[in-house]
Amino acid sequence: MDDIILEMNGITKKFPGVKALDNVNFHLYKGNVMALIGENGAGKSTLMKILSGVYPKDKGKIILHEKEVNFDTPKEAQDAGIAIIHQELNLVPYLSIGENIFLGREPSKKFGKVDWNKLYIESEEYLNKLGMKLNSRKLVKDLSIAEQQMVEIAKALSIDAKIIIMDEPTDSLTDKETENLFRVINELRESGKSIVYISHRLQEVFQICDSITVLRDGQFIGEELVEDITEDEIIEMMVGRKLDEQFPRIDSKLGDTVLEVKNLSNEYISNISFNLLKGEILGISGLMGSGRTELAKTIYGTIESSSGDIYIYGKKADIKSEKDAIEQGITYVSEDRKGEGLVLNLPVLENMTISSLKCFVNNFGHINKELEKKIAEEYINKLSIKTPSINQLIKNLSGGNQQKVSIAKSLMSEPKILILDEPTRGVDVGAKKEIYDLINEFKSHGMSIIMISSDIPEILGISDRVLVMHEGEISGEISIEEASQEKIMKYAVGIKEME
Amino acid sequence: MNREFFKKYKSIIGLILFSIIISIFNKDFLTVNNILNILRQTSINSIIAAGMTFVVLTGGIDLSVGSILAFSGAVCISMVSAGFSVFLAVIVALIIGSIIGILNGIFISKGKLQPFIATLATMTIVRGATLVFTDGRPITSGGSKGAQAFRNIGAGYFLKIPIPIYIMVIVFLLSYYLLKHMKFGRYVYSLGGNEEATKLSGINVDKVKIFVYGISGFLAALAGIVMTSRLSSAQPNAGVGYELDAIASVVLGGTSLTGGVGSVLGTIVGALIIGIINNALNLMNVSSYYQTMVKGIVILLAVLLDRKND
Repeated sequence: MDDIILEMNGITKKFPGVKALDNVNFHLYKGNVMALIGENGAGKSTLMKILSGVYPKDKGKIILHEKEVNFDTPKEAQDAGIAIIHQELNLVPYLSIGENIFLGREPSKKFGKVDWNKLYIESEEYLNKLGMKLNSRKLVKDLSIAEQQMVEIAKALSIDAKIIIMDEPTDSLTDKETENLFRVINELRESGKSIVYISHRLQEVFQICDSITVLRDGQFIGEELVEDITEDEIIEMMVGRKLDEQFPRIDSKLGDTVLEVKNLSNEYISNISFNLLKGEILGISGLMGSGRTELAKTIYGTIESSSGDIYIYGKKADIKSEKDAIEQGITYVSEDRKGEGLVLNLPVLENMTISSLKCFVNNFGHINKELEKKIAEEYINKLSIKTPSINQLIKNLSGGNQQKVSIAKSLMSEPKILILDEPTRGVDVGAKKEIYDLINEFKSHGMSIIMISSDIPEILGISDRVLVMHEGEISGEISIEEASQEKIMKYAVGIKEME
Repeated sequence: MNREFFKKYKSIIGLILFSIIISIFNKDFLTVNNILNILRQTSINSIIAAGMTFVVLTGGIDLSVGSILAFSGAVCISMVSAGFSVFLAVIVALIIGSIIGILNGIFISKGKLQPFIATLATMTIVRGATLVFTDGRPITSGGSKGAQAFRNIGAGYFLKIPIPIYIMVIVFLLSYYLLKHMKFGRYVYSLGGNEEATKLSGINVDKVKIFVYGISGFLAALAGIVMTSRLSSAQPNAGVGYELDAIASVVLGGTSLTGGVGSVLGTIVGALIIGIINNALNLMNVSSYYQTMVKGIVILLAVLLDRKND
C-alpha cells in the first residue's frame, strides 16, 4: 500500500472564466483502487484528462514511478502505461473486437501485412484473462455496453497499462454486469494494476475501492482510507458548505395552477402527471438518464408526445414546436449551454435577443437596433451580467455569465413558466449564489419555475416541492418540509414505497 | 492602425496591395476601362457568390448553382425567341431558379439530406434537364422582337457603365441589408453558429434553410439571365464549374465553411480577387491553362494565410 506509483501535486487548470482545478493533489498506489469522488463540476474529469494527456496543465507536477513526466498528447500518456476508459466508450463500432484492441498497433508480418491470426488469437487471450468468452472477429457494434467495456479493459491490458482510469463505469450496467466488472477489477488489483475509479455512487466505493480522494469545486478536500470513513463523512466532504448560507429561501404565497400535465408519455417518459402553481419552484430530481431533460423537452415541444395533454391556465395547449411553447409562455434553458443554449461565435446581444426578435422588428422584418440594444442593456443590468460590452462574443464570458445570458434570453420572451435544466452546472460557487437569488426574484414576481438538477442540496435549498424521476416515471413527490437527501435518493434509485 | 483594424479589413487590404503590385508591372491595369471590364467580368460570379454566402453561413453548400444558371438561362432565351415579352421571360426564369433552390432546401431540411449530397443530385438532374431542353445545342434569341431588349440586360450600358455592374451592386446591397439589418439575417448567422441552440430558441430552422437555398437558386437564375443575355445565346454546358468559383469567392472573403461567421462584403472582395487574377494574367498574356493553375494556388495561399492569422 505504501508503494506510491503516481503523484500529482499542486495541479491547477484554468478555463476561460473558470478555475477548474486549484492546487489539487492526487496520489495512486500500486495494486490499489482509488475512488475519485466529487459533485458534478468538482473537477474529477478535468484532473483525469490532464493525467491522460488530453488537457495541458497550467501548474503543478506529475510524478510517475519517481520521475517527473509531462504528457502533451493522449498517445504519450498511453505509452507511459496510462489507459482511460471513458464513460461514453471510445470504440469503433464497425471494426471487430480484435481490430479495436490493436487499433494503431496491429501486429504485422513482412511488408507491413497485418498478421490477422496473431491479432485475433492474442485478442482472445486478453479477453480470456478477463473471463470473457467472445469471438474476437465479432463487430463491436453487436456487443452490449458491458461487453464493450471489457473490450476497453482488454485494450488497456494489451498496451500493458499500469494505471487504468474508469470514468463512471457502472452507469449503464445491470447489477449482474456490475458484479462481473467488480470481479475483473479485483483481479486487476491482484495482478498489481492501479485503478482510478470515478463514480458518484458511494455504495460502490465501499464495495470495491481501497482509498478515496474527494474534490469539491476544483479543490482537493482530502484523501482517506475507505475502511476509516463513513458514508456521511464522505458526503460532508463532498458538499462542504452550510446549506442555509448558500440558499436564501424565500416563502411566497402560491397562487392558482398555471401548468397541468396529464398522463404525458412518449418513448422516454411514461404517464407523467403533475401541476405547477403560480409563484412556485418545482424541483425535479433523479439520476442522469431518468428522463428529466426529456420531460422538459416534451413540454417545450422539442420531443413529440405520443399521448397525454398539457393545460395552461386550465386551457388545453397545443405545443408542436419550441415556437409554439414560447408563444404560450413556456421557455426552457438547456442543461447544455454550449451545445444547445448559446451560439458561441455570436455576441452577447445577438444571443440574448434571438428568441424575442419579433419585439424589435417592424412589419418588414427590419430590426430596430437602438431599441434592441436598450432592452438588452436593461437585462444585463438586471441580471448583473459581467461583460465588457454587449458586442463581446459570448464564448469569452465565464460559465456563470454565459448561463445568465441564457436565462436572459428566456426572460426576454416574457414567459409565465420557466424551465431551468441544471442551471448551475459548470458555474463557479459565487455565480451559483447569484443565480439562486435571481430564481428567487422571478418567483417573487409570480413566475412559475421548474428546476431540474442533479445537485440534491440545490434542489432541497430552493424548491417548494420536489418531484423525483426514475426510468421515465415520477417515482415520488415530496413536499419541501418532508424532503431530505436520503428520501430523494431512495426515490431516485426506484424504491417507491418506503414505509 | 491597430491589430483589430488589420484583422477586420485584411482581405480588402490584401486586395489593394495586390492591385498596386499588378499596376506596377502593367500600365493597362489601372485604367477606367479595365476596371469596368473587371467588374463586368466578375458580376456573374459575384451574383452567384452572394447567394452562396447565405448558404455557407448556415453551414451548407450549394453545388447546383451552375446547372440552375444554365437551365434558367435556356428557358429565358427560348421564351424571348418564341416571342414572349422579355419581362415575362425573366420572371419565369427567376421563378424556376427559386423553385429549384427551394426544393434543395426542402430535401435538406425536411428530408435531412447532407447539403453536399442533395445539391449534387439536383446539380446533375438540372444539368440533364438543360440538355433535354436544349437538345444539346445552343439556343439563340434569333431575330425575335425582344432580342435587342433582352441583349441589353447583359451587354447594355447606363451612364457609360455596363448594366451587369448595377445588377451586381444592387444584389450586394440587398444581401448586406438582409443579413445585417433584418430578422432573417440574424437567424441565418444563428443557425450556422449552432443549429440546435437556434431551434431551441424557438426559431423554425427548416423555414430558414428553405429560404436560404431559395435565395441561392434565385440569384443563380439571375446570373444565368445576365450571362445568356450578354452572349445572346444559352449554351447547354454553361456554368459548369461555376459553383467552385462561387465557393472560392466566399471562402476568400473570410466566411467559414462551418457556418456562422462571415459576411457578404468579404464575398465581394473574394470575387474581385478572383476576377483580378484572371484579368491580370490576361493582360500579361499568360496562357489560360496556366491561369487556372495560378488561380488555384492563390486561393490556397490566401486561405492558408487566413488560418495562420487566426
